[in-house]
Amino acid sequence: MQTDSADGPVIEFRDVVFRLPDGRELLKDLNLQVQRGETLILLGRSGSGKTTTLKLINHLLAASSGTVLVNGEDNNVGDVIRLRRGIGYVIQNVGLFPHLTVERNISLVPRMEGWPVERIRARVEELLHLVGLDHAIGSRHPHQLSGGQQQRVGVARALAADPAILLMDEPFGALDAITRDELQREFLSLQQRLHKTIVFVTHDLREAVRLGSRIALMEAGRLVTVLSPQEFLRSANPIAAAYLRAFGEGLESAANRGAS
Amino acid sequence: MNVAHFFLQHHEEILELTLEHLWLVGVSTLFAIVIGIPLGIVSAHWPVWNKPVLGTANVIQTIPSLALFGFLLPVPWIGARADRLAILALTLYALLPVIRNTYTGIRGVDPSVVEAGRGMGMTGSQLLFQVELPLAVSVILSGVRVAAVVSVGLATIAAAIGAGGLGEFIFRGLAMVNNQLILAGAIPAAVLALTADFCLGWLERRLQPR
Repeated sequence: MQTDSADGPVIEFRDVVFRLPDGRELLKDLNLQVQRGETLILLGRSGSGKTTTLKLINHLLAASSGTVLVNGEDNNVGDVIRLRRGIGYVIQNVGLFPHLTVERNISLVPRMEGWPVERIRARVEELLHLVGLDHAIGSRHPHQLSGGQQQRVGVARALAADPAILLMDEPFGALDAITRDELQREFLSLQQRLHKTIVFVTHDLREAVRLGSRIALMEAGRLVTVLSPQEFLRSANPIAAAYLRAFGEGLESAANRGAS
Repeated sequence: MNVAHFFLQHHEEILELTLEHLWLVGVSTLFAIVIGIPLGIVSAHWPVWNKPVLGTANVIQTIPSLALFGFLLPVPWIGARADRLAILALTLYALLPVIRNTYTGIRGVDPSVVEAGRGMGMTGSQLLFQVELPLAVSVILSGVRVAAVVSVGLATIAAAIGAGGLGEFIFRGLAMVNNQLILAGAIPAAVLALTADFCLGWLERRLQPR
């Protein structure tokens, strides 16, 4: 298996264990590959290790043993700041900087990277448009925006320096159903244009089959199985079956929309 | 002779002692800011330092002020001049509110904001100066405000060791059982305290994020 060529996985977990200082294992023996341009969903209930898995990728957490490879390189060696600036990161609580305007929030990474002012201005315009926001919003502060608008800004901020990888931790979890539906739809059309490599954490099976190209099912710190949305719906795996029972009807159509 | 008359007659001396007072309070508050904010940052970021730093500042706070002036008297260089000694003592007292509020302010920053910053590749100092301190600034300033107001009152005691300031009038008035003299010290001190409180409070509201 080759990992150093351009065709290799963009992200790879090799026998990764994550242990808390008190010895509890949050992640046991994880082996997982994320391919270029795919949307890999980490599906599981709270405490299953999906957020831990995500944070291991941008090295907000360090593996206790095993290796996490990003673009073929062990992310434990080398410059962690460089690594993170090349990875977009969107979290459920959005984490916008409340003291900065929308424009400054979005342009944070480009600014740190020392882009010229004109290029930053153009990029902010472009991103606001991309995530469906009026450019007048740029001068507002986060608390003046609705939850949906805030999360759009969060996505724009993550995309600012055009990273090839995007990590999303339940980005739509705190939104109302209608706004969530809207943002999921936009996510799909965005991904069709941008072809980012995305790792997306959720506990919502409907969201998983709609947005994912593959679903990695996690339970109690273990990876149970990795399946395509269609396979997942037909899976005989007892844990997958429990999800299907819990989410009930209408998943087929969600999955089909995701594939179209 | 009424109080207003006394003030008019002694306005030069009152002004001089008020400026002296302001100098003692201003310099010591400045020192407390310069020392206290970094200590607050350290204890907020490295929990190991939290107890020793805040504990020490707490203990200093419990020493009666007159006794602290006395303790510092034999210290070389410091004890040689009364104003140095007074400034050191006032600085020590002002440290606790500054350290504690810096600590509280930084710990109070929404963890998801800090995590987002870290995840985006901000370095430790970028996080501190661009995120944590700007978001904590109004809490820190309210600590500075407490420190300054308390210092104005405490600095009157500095006159007991000959450091000057408005306490001179008060001690003189006490010795001579002269209420007008006491008021000549107390009223400008109260005005100073209120002014400091008002100005720093205004600044605090101005700098409040969101």
